[in-house]
Amino acid sequence: MSLRILKPTAEFADLLPKEYQELVENGPYHEQKGISDLGTFKEIIEEHPHCAGCGVALGVRLVAASLPAPADTLIIGTPGCSFFGLAQTALNYSNTAFGNQNAVASGLKRMLKIRYPDRNKDVVVLVGDGGIADIGLDMTLHSWLRRENITTIMVDNEVYGNTGGQESGMTKEGQVLNMAPEGKKFPKIPVFELARTSGCAYGARVTVASPRKIGEAVKKAILVAREVGPTYVQIYTPCPTNLKFPPDQTVKVAKDAEAGYYSFEEFISPEAQEYMQKTTKAV
Amino acid sequence: MDRVQRPVEASQLLFESERAPAFITGSEAVMEAIKRANVDMAIAYPITPQSESMHLIGDLYAKGYLKDYYRAENEFAVMAAIHGASLGGGRVFTATSGPGTLRAMEMFPVWAGSRQPIVCAFMCRGVSLPPSIQPENIEMGMLLDTGMLMLHAENVQDFFDMLLKAYLIAEKPDVHLPVGVFVDGFFVTHTRETVMLPPDDLKLLPYDPENSPVPVFDMETPPMRITRDPLLNKSNFISYAANASWHQEVLAAAERARKHLAQYLGGLLEVENPNAKIFIAASGTAVSQGREALKDLLDAGLDVGLIKIKSIRPFPVNELQEATKNAELIVVPEFNAGGWLAKEIKATLNENNRVVAGPRVFGGMTIPKELIISEIHNALNRQNQRL
Ligand SMILES: Cc1ncc(C[n+]2csc(CCOP(=O)(O)OP(=O)(O)O)c2C)c(N)n1
Ligand SMILES: [Mg+2]
Repeated sequence: MSLRILKPTAEFADLLPKEYQELVENGPYHEQKGISDLGTFKEIIEEHPHCAGCGVALGVRLVAASLPAPADTLIIGTPGCSFFGLAQTALNYSNTAFGNQNAVASGLKRMLKIRYPDRNKDVVVLVGDGGIADIGLDMTLHSWLRRENITTIMVDNEVYGNTGGQESGMTKEGQVLNMAPEGKKFPKIPVFELARTSGCAYGARVTVASPRKIGEAVKKAILVAREVGPTYVQIYTPCPTNLKFPPDQTVKVAKDAEAGYYSFEEFISPEAQEYMQKTTKAV
Repeated sequence: MDRVQRPVEASQLLFESERAPAFITGSEAVMEAIKRANVDMAIAYPITPQSESMHLIGDLYAKGYLKDYYRAENEFAVMAAIHGASLGGGRVFTATSGPGTLRAMEMFPVWAGSRQPIVCAFMCRGVSLPPSIQPENIEMGMLLDTGMLMLHAENVQDFFDMLLKAYLIAEKPDVHLPVGVFVDGFFVTHTRETVMLPPDDLKLLPYDPENSPVPVFDMETPPMRITRDPLLNKSNFISYAANASWHQEVLAAAERARKHLAQYLGGLLEVENPNAKIFIAASGTAVSQGREALKDLLDAGLDVGLIKIKSIRPFPVNELQEATKNAELIVVPEFNAGGWLAKEIKATLNENNRVVAGPRVFGGMTIPKELIISEIHNALNRQNQRL
């Protein structure tokens, strides 16, 4: 394990922007710290290239603060606003072709099991709604159906943010967006339900309005994935730019959604429940 | 596992150990190569004519030769998962054919750009439409600029040797690129030949992930972030320069493979009758058909030679120029409709009106030697008329 994810060339270290230096010194490397310690360490560079009020950047930030073992966590991203977010963290991630994340994670996790049979190497997919629900849906479901020991986290802004506000499968029915000039003609793809029926041992649906719930869900999901099976966390991360609300309303939009169609939900298999009881007792 | 294997230096396995004959198909040769390659993990998806070889790799896994193996959901997912497994720092193998190659296309430049020493076998076949499962190698023409090294095997012996050698070349730290080992489907995969095999109680040394130009993705080797930063994805000069220099380094790494190809394959091409004025230049099974034509042409008193091109990427530019410097006619028979090899050769040689791009056969037929012979006669007649 290692925490030296970012190591600037010594001669240039003091030329880095102050914020970046803080990330190098005091990134989200803490096993024992979580959401309640936000503010005592640095999860993400605030001067990131995302739009003001970006829900995805907030989602990435909250996930970064929630990892149970950051020094042994490998993140798999995919094109989308989320990977531009990952680039502003001190997480170690890989990102290649759009939508391939759960296949890449499957291969990676299996190889890490071969190379480190006695250690936990947490493989976490952290990508957007289009990446999971549209272009990568087959690979997402198949990784669950194969019972891969990986955690999948969706930052759901209900739109293709990165390519300029097109409809995604997770867009709400009726929403007018690019490529949906008459409004989307079918409901949100029920990925959360699919996770339950496709073999995930734990699932949670949360919003960025509830950081503590995100913290708990991400921790549980990663722990359960180590021993029991695939897990899924779906986070609502509203997009002010494309859904056209003021950027200071992101958390309010999420809170309203949480009171309605994006209510908090969780499921856990009996095996995962038992495992969690054992682990929490052991701690 | 049938037997306990001993990891040995590549030179011992490939060149020094005593070989024994085996009468096997190309698919079985894949199994025999992977059995000795100390591969950690393979991933499969069925497609004719690849399937049989990946069944046999599954059997190897069941016997304990590999540590993981599964059937994935489609070829794009296979190549993505193989990329993930390789990121994790182990030795991997997969194979596909025609439509599978095209389905997976987006991942091949990712392998090269990630500097991964992945070895993939391509059992080439037609691509739709019209649908064809028959031998044809048009997919090679579509992979020329993906950044991977490309070897074209003529027969079952080549296939066996090139697969093992592919790992050695791919894993050189100054190369560290994917290698595709190509054969013309059915002609090689489903044909039985006597192949000389080294003992199967020997295997290659394990892959050493520390001996790589890029860090392993396992949170053990700091600092870890490399191309993964979208510094390469922004609209400013520094990003463009970083992106361009990364690409140049991939191309340079392929150039650095030349010396290793020379060492392990004995050169990027082979020439029979080097002083001839007429050459048949080919790769894959078209070489075998060319050799049949050559016999008849020599019997008929023509001054003909044969150039067997083994490495398509990197391409044997200097070697070809040297081999054909006194040639008056170069005929290029191919198993595809596009004629990618003839285009490569034309782009390589001076006075490329000496190059005849054909005959070409596709749709599954073999190339009759008579077709090559008549192509040569026709070309000679045309040249005589011009004189
Ligand atoms: C094969 C392929 N098709 C399309 C794209 C273009 N593309 C890049 S990101 C993206 C949308 C991402 O949407 P989502 O997954 O919801 O993430 P967001 O940007 O909203 O966070 C698209 C369509 C691509 N990179 N690759
Ligand atoms: Mg989105």
